[in-house]
Amino acid sequence: MARIGVFVCWCGENIGRMVDCPAVAAAARDMSQVVHAEDYKYMCSDPGQQRLIDAIRQKHLTGVVVASCSPRMHEPTFRAAAEAAGLNQFMVEMANLREHCSWVHDDRQEATAKSIDLVRMMVAKVRRNERLSPIRVPITDRALVIGGGIAGIQAALDIADSGHEVVLVERSPSIGGHMSQLSETFPTLDCSQCILTPRMVEVARHPRIRLMTCTELQDVEGYVGNFSVTLETRARYVDLERCTGCGACLEVCPVKNVPGEFDESLATRGAIYRPFPQAVPNKPVIDPQCCLRHKAAGRKGISAAESNVCGKCAEVCPIPGKAIDFGDAPSTVVENFGAIVVATGFDVRPVSDFPEYGGGRFADVITGLQFERLLSASGPTEGQVRRVSDGRPARRVVLVACAGSRDAAKGCAYCSKICCMYSSKHAMLFRHKCHDGQATVFYMDLRAAGKGYDEFTRRAAEEDGVSYVRGRVSRVYRRGDSLVVCGVDTLLGRKVEVEADLVVLATAAVPQKDVRQLAQKLGVSYDSHGWLSEAHPKLRPVETATAGVFLAGACQGPRDIPEAVAQAGGAAAKAMVLLSKRMLDREPIVARIDERACDLCGTCIKVCPVGAIEAQPSGSRPVRQVAFVNEGLCIGCGTCVASCRSKAPDLAGFTDQQLYRSILATADGTIAAAAGGNGQPSAKGDAGEAGR
Amino acid sequence: MSERFEPRIVAFVCTWCTYAGADLAGTSRYVYPPNVRLIRVPCTGRVDASFILKAFESGADGVLVSGCHPGDCHYTSGNLHARRRWNVFRELLRFVGIGDDRLAFSWVSAAEGRKFADLVCDLTERVRAAGPFDGYGRMSYIAEALAAECGQQGPAESPDDRDGREGRA
Repeated sequence: MARIGVFVCWCGENIGRMVDCPAVAAAARDMSQVVHAEDYKYMCSDPGQQRLIDAIRQKHLTGVVVASCSPRMHEPTFRAAAEAAGLNQFMVEMANLREHCSWVHDDRQEATAKSIDLVRMMVAKVRRNERLSPIRVPITDRALVIGGGIAGIQAALDIADSGHEVVLVERSPSIGGHMSQLSETFPTLDCSQCILTPRMVEVARHPRIRLMTCTELQDVEGYVGNFSVTLETRARYVDLERCTGCGACLEVCPVKNVPGEFDESLATRGAIYRPFPQAVPNKPVIDPQCCLRHKAAGRKGISAAESNVCGKCAEVCPIPGKAIDFGDAPSTVVENFGAIVVATGFDVRPVSDFPEYGGGRFADVITGLQFERLLSASGPTEGQVRRVSDGRPARRVVLVACAGSRDAAKGCAYCSKICCMYSSKHAMLFRHKCHDGQATVFYMDLRAAGKGYDEFTRRAAEEDGVSYVRGRVSRVYRRGDSLVVCGVDTLLGRKVEVEADLVVLATAAVPQKDVRQLAQKLGVSYDSHGWLSEAHPKLRPVETATAGVFLAGACQGPRDIPEAVAQAGGAAAKAMVLLSKRMLDREPIVARIDERACDLCGTCIKVCPVGAIEAQPSGSRPVRQVAFVNEGLCIGCGTCVASCRSKAPDLAGFTDQQLYRSILATADGTIAAAAGGNGQPSAKGDAGEAGR
Repeated sequence: MSERFEPRIVAFVCTWCTYAGADLAGTSRYVYPPNVRLIRVPCTGRVDASFILKAFESGADGVLVSGCHPGDCHYTSGNLHARRRWNVFRELLRFVGIGDDRLAFSWVSAAEGRKFADLVCDLTERVRAAGPFDGYGRMSYIAEALAAECGQQGPAESPDDRDGREGRA
């Protein structure tokens, strides 16, 4: 016979004002197997918890129902209190009288009646609760960081510095990300390379960081503390161990005209190329799509190693035994990790998405990222701002903020956040380089809400002579050899036309195009745009719904460098908290299989989202194959339970019996009594229960 | 209180999305009628067809199942299994005379407090218009009669089936 205690919380005014808590407690006293019921102002307070502890001890309670706020809020609190009193924590259930009742109803009588129902449902459930013990699993003391931009670099360094091993995976041939492409950074105008490259080198030299470039995540199995990740490394065709990075091969490559990724197609590279001068690792890579030897071999259907076409890079390589390896092949490794930090970053929309602004038609309409390369001293023009079309110096630049951002018609209803600042920076840097030049920024609103940001945009307007036009651009057309930007100045209420040599579109920031596939592999949710979702927008901003997977940087939404770095530190700290433990307690909400009922139809194996169920020989005789749940893998969704035709599985904590009892206990209240006449005695749930 | 019919609706909601969405409705103080009783399950994939029958057996006038949006399931695909099962089972319920006016399947995310409140308002009105549900008594009567004719016992979806399974091989 269960001995159940019911504790009704007033939550000060929050519940007490709309629900007659003493009446709820009085009604609870009449429920079957309830031996104690009380109401108290704040159950979660120290004295409130003490009342619960005392009642458990004095009345030898075997089950507890706390009728207060959402279990998402205080379930851990009351479970801990129950454990402190010697009662198994899984014998505690909560009835949600606050979020689901007092806060959403405006009739005290109805709310009180509903509260009594909610308590009865939980009393009915807790009668069927079982004592469970947490599942303890060991933690792999190793973190995976996906993405080698500034966020990934920072997260990897922080985790490694705290003494944990890190594998940093980057799919391109070098780490550095978008930050390495920037000329200067706002609002201080620090040289981006100067502040980034020391950290890139630190990553490469760190004894606890293993850097894997040209590598992508292929598959993830396992769960928090015990992820098993398949990583695939593309063939680089250059042996990173042997190559010294002398660069002799780069000069002899006969292919010269491949649009370079680092310079956003404003400069060309060879088929064998160094991603950029400060790349880490600073070794070349062969692009098999462009390499003559690879292409010839592909046509003949043989491997590049067997071909004898070109091969100049290998000939000139001064390393004994040659660092160029045409026989290089993709490799796959499976590694174990305790925590994963996702830092896949962002991309910008291409200008071709904006035909109304001449994107794709006029060479002089470029993205902000391309303009960064034009401004950069290491860029294709060595920092001179020249027209892309004919290479003549640009004297008039128009910068269009919100190209696609804050525009639901363009598919990006959100603010890309960084464009106001970088457009101002672009205008400012251009004016620094071209004193008689004219820089015009078209903007919707100037959003400069960061430390020193508003001062920065003011400086652009007041000291550097940047002209700001508040309004949208309608179209861009060609007149003679210049472009004309037509827009509206909404402050003056008139149309404007500005001639330009270069039109820089601050195109909307978007997630990496294949991030959805990655998110699905990791079990991380994402919004309609593909930005990865945090577990809670306020209180868990770097965690995801999947325990052990954390977010850093712009994969979560557009953000600037300081924010990305701060968030990376936060994600690293969360990963470190996890890795610093040896063992992890998991909720024992897992499926169990009654092998007597199982005839191995295989349905549960098919529906299990994590592959936790497999066929195994039964423990009882006659020995036959039955379904078996791996508790370490099971995440407790219960899909197998509801899918089984022979009702062999059940879910601890949410058993069929617990839920049936709760369902039947929904009857009884005043609403059901008013409904009446449905052929079912409304007290059946409780009466039937009491008879057992 | 008015004399109008107050339906009782049993809702099966997943703990990650709709339960949290209902929490948000509370935090946002969106007022909705008190006719729904939420049963929290880890995932809508846990919602067994027998739960829906059990709800009607208990005298409920309507049933709601609500979980995460497709693609947002905490367990990847439980909500999709729930929807598939629901679609099949709904046909059966229609066949025995439990119409769509008493049933609802919805996706409510943890951020959709407003949607949850609206859903409860709409469903309560719909079920109120459908009137009290007295079909279960008739249904079990027919089931028993059929079973007697076929020489079996009781309706197939009784939860106590579990207690009787010890006898099986």
